[in-house]
Amino acid sequence: MFKTVLCLSAGMAALVSASTAYAQTEISWWHAMDAELGQKLEAIAQGFNDSQDEFTVVPTYKGSYAETLTAAIAAFRANEQPAIIQVFEVGTGTMMAATGAVNPVYQLMADAGEPWDPSGFLAPVTGYYSDTSGNILSMPFNSSTPIMYYNKDVFEAAGLDPDVPPTTWAELETMGRQIVESGAANCALSSAWITWIQTENLSALHDKPFGTLENGFGGLGTEFVFNDELQVRHWDNLKKWSDEGLFQYGGPAGAADAAPKFYSQECAIFMNSSAGRAGVIANATDFEVGFAPLPYYDDVIEEPKNSIIGGATLWALNGKDAQVYNGVAKFFTYLSSPEVQAQWHQDTGYLPITNAAYELGQEQGYYAENPGSDIAINQITRGTPSANSKGIRFGNLTQVRAIVDEEFEALLAGSKTAQEALDAAVERGNQILRDFEAANS
Amino acid sequence: MQTKRTIFPNRVLPYFLLLPQLAVTLVFFIWPALQAVKSSFEREDPFGFRTTFIWLDNYTRLFAEAGYINSLSRTAVFAVLVTLLSMSLSLILAVAVNRVLRTNRIYTTLLVWPYAVAPVVVGILWWFIFNPTIGILPYMMRSVGIAWNPRVNGDHAMILVIVAASWKQISYNFLFFVAGLQSVPQSLTEAAAIDGAGPFKRFWTIVFPLLSPTTFFLLIVNINYAMFDTFGIIDATTSGGPNQATNVLVYKVYADGFLGLNIGSSAAQSVILMLIVIALTAIQFRFIERRVQY
Repeated sequence: MFKTVLCLSAGMAALVSASTAYAQTEISWWHAMDAELGQKLEAIAQGFNDSQDEFTVVPTYKGSYAETLTAAIAAFRANEQPAIIQVFEVGTGTMMAATGAVNPVYQLMADAGEPWDPSGFLAPVTGYYSDTSGNILSMPFNSSTPIMYYNKDVFEAAGLDPDVPPTTWAELETMGRQIVESGAANCALSSAWITWIQTENLSALHDKPFGTLENGFGGLGTEFVFNDELQVRHWDNLKKWSDEGLFQYGGPAGAADAAPKFYSQECAIFMNSSAGRAGVIANATDFEVGFAPLPYYDDVIEEPKNSIIGGATLWALNGKDAQVYNGVAKFFTYLSSPEVQAQWHQDTGYLPITNAAYELGQEQGYYAENPGSDIAINQITRGTPSANSKGIRFGNLTQVRAIVDEEFEALLAGSKTAQEALDAAVERGNQILRDFEAANS
Repeated sequence: MQTKRTIFPNRVLPYFLLLPQLAVTLVFFIWPALQAVKSSFEREDPFGFRTTFIWLDNYTRLFAEAGYINSLSRTAVFAVLVTLLSMSLSLILAVAVNRVLRTNRIYTTLLVWPYAVAPVVVGILWWFIFNPTIGILPYMMRSVGIAWNPRVNGDHAMILVIVAASWKQISYNFLFFVAGLQSVPQSLTEAAAIDGAGPFKRFWTIVFPLLSPTTFFLLIVNINYAMFDTFGIIDATTSGGPNQATNVLVYKVYADGFLGLNIGSSAAQSVILMLIVIALTAIQFRFIERRVQY
């Protein structure tokens, strides 16, 4: 008797859970946001799940950006791919070339009949993720751009006005020298992402090409050209300042040592992604932080162009049911609503990717209350993006970035001049572009 | 060699007993190895839509690349130095502990601890100690006029990974050496002592030769450790930098294959790495084992 009841109730339970699972379509979402960012991201998924009962978004943390992409590719090859994957901007070229693997977002939204107005998004963001006919292929989510953080207390101790950060590289050099010579700090400048900030963004800001064919937007036959006068001059300066002690190198890629140099007040100025803002505020407890746009060479360009973006977007992968893509489209709509975007932007330091989210932040008085929090958006939206400043698009850019870091290290170690290092980076980078072209055509 | 061979009376049973091991080897080693050989002849986009058979292009490209030749020699330097450093230090420690009769348990336990630490944690530990910004050692070195900076200086970075990798392996070697030393009969050393041999003479002519099976075993294990197991340490300390100064072969396989998504080149590198290890092991057994007395 007892056994029958047990069997029956177990069967009932199985039935009930099966029916609920059937009613809710599951949408798997692989991402690369850990710690606080991961929690904020999960809150977004939770908010969507609570807002309706047809779909469940299941976010899964898959490690770093590179690990997430590798995991998704391996899963795709085994036909176990997630519906949505977060891919960093460096992986854009790789994803765009993989036409059979991707369900482009413009098509996804049209298929699902979701209202979708790309013109509401920031132009530099959508430009980066559009194909040559202007169709947006992935959903903008967390975009950032590099800015300059500086230590106001050190500026004051060095006899500088703490409210006047350097706007040009010449000013940065003079101020930096004053800081070091007065003993206010041991070093003037450290920077994360040498490739992204001091090479890619440097080129964009000064309206110089990084590669041919509109920085790679025009096709796979592109070649690097970032070994020109401006870039050589800048690398020369960094080497000179490094020898003088004005600049301290913090390591390749995200530069694990750069942020500690700034937090410990070893270096007065720190260039990093706007998404580093939350970390800077949390760690810079002993001094006041100032925020400023990236400096430029005023003898090269009078008005610097917009900076280019970093961060990641969301790609929908092929091979799922239409119902899943309906859910993905609904989720994307939710994700880009002004409320969700404004919250995410204010919590993290990522850019507000839609104009509406930015306006909402203004209405809420967020920028007035948090001085400096709009530096990034002002910098990326200034002027009209040119072919050189709308972004870059190269295959296997991860490898190229590693090469540029290596050549920069060779420069710092004194084994190459700036011209030699950049020439070598261009030559090795072009080899990788040719490999990518061969593998994708 | 003949003396080491065992003759089984039953012809079928030995093969049958070997079967599980053979199956495991086939599924987990031979099969993936063959896959690696196959993809080393191919060029493929990351998603696997287009695969082109390109013969030996991946290999010729590798050997035309200065970075790869450098990586080969760096791996050799790294493996030799890690093996030498960790084996000699652990032998010294083992001999020292073996002489302390009453408290050697405590010393042994303390010396074995580092082995329980995961490679990545070891890497981070030494990264902290040697970090030019926040580390204690560079701070002390600066006061004696040494500008320590593994972020820029490739030699410094190499020293850092060698120290970290050796430190972790010392415990393992130490355990085996202690066990080996304890099995050396006391009567032999005592007899030599009575004959007037000093401590160094006794060690080199009696103890060390008797340790030769242990030493040989550790030599193989350590070289394999330095070539394959140090991946986590390198990833956590230098990530192969600066300017590839610590980019040993196994790390390059990972960086090119997983980060760079260049599967063909990565597979070709794994195949070369496999050949190197097969050759090394063959040489060790062919030539060094002859000097070993069991």
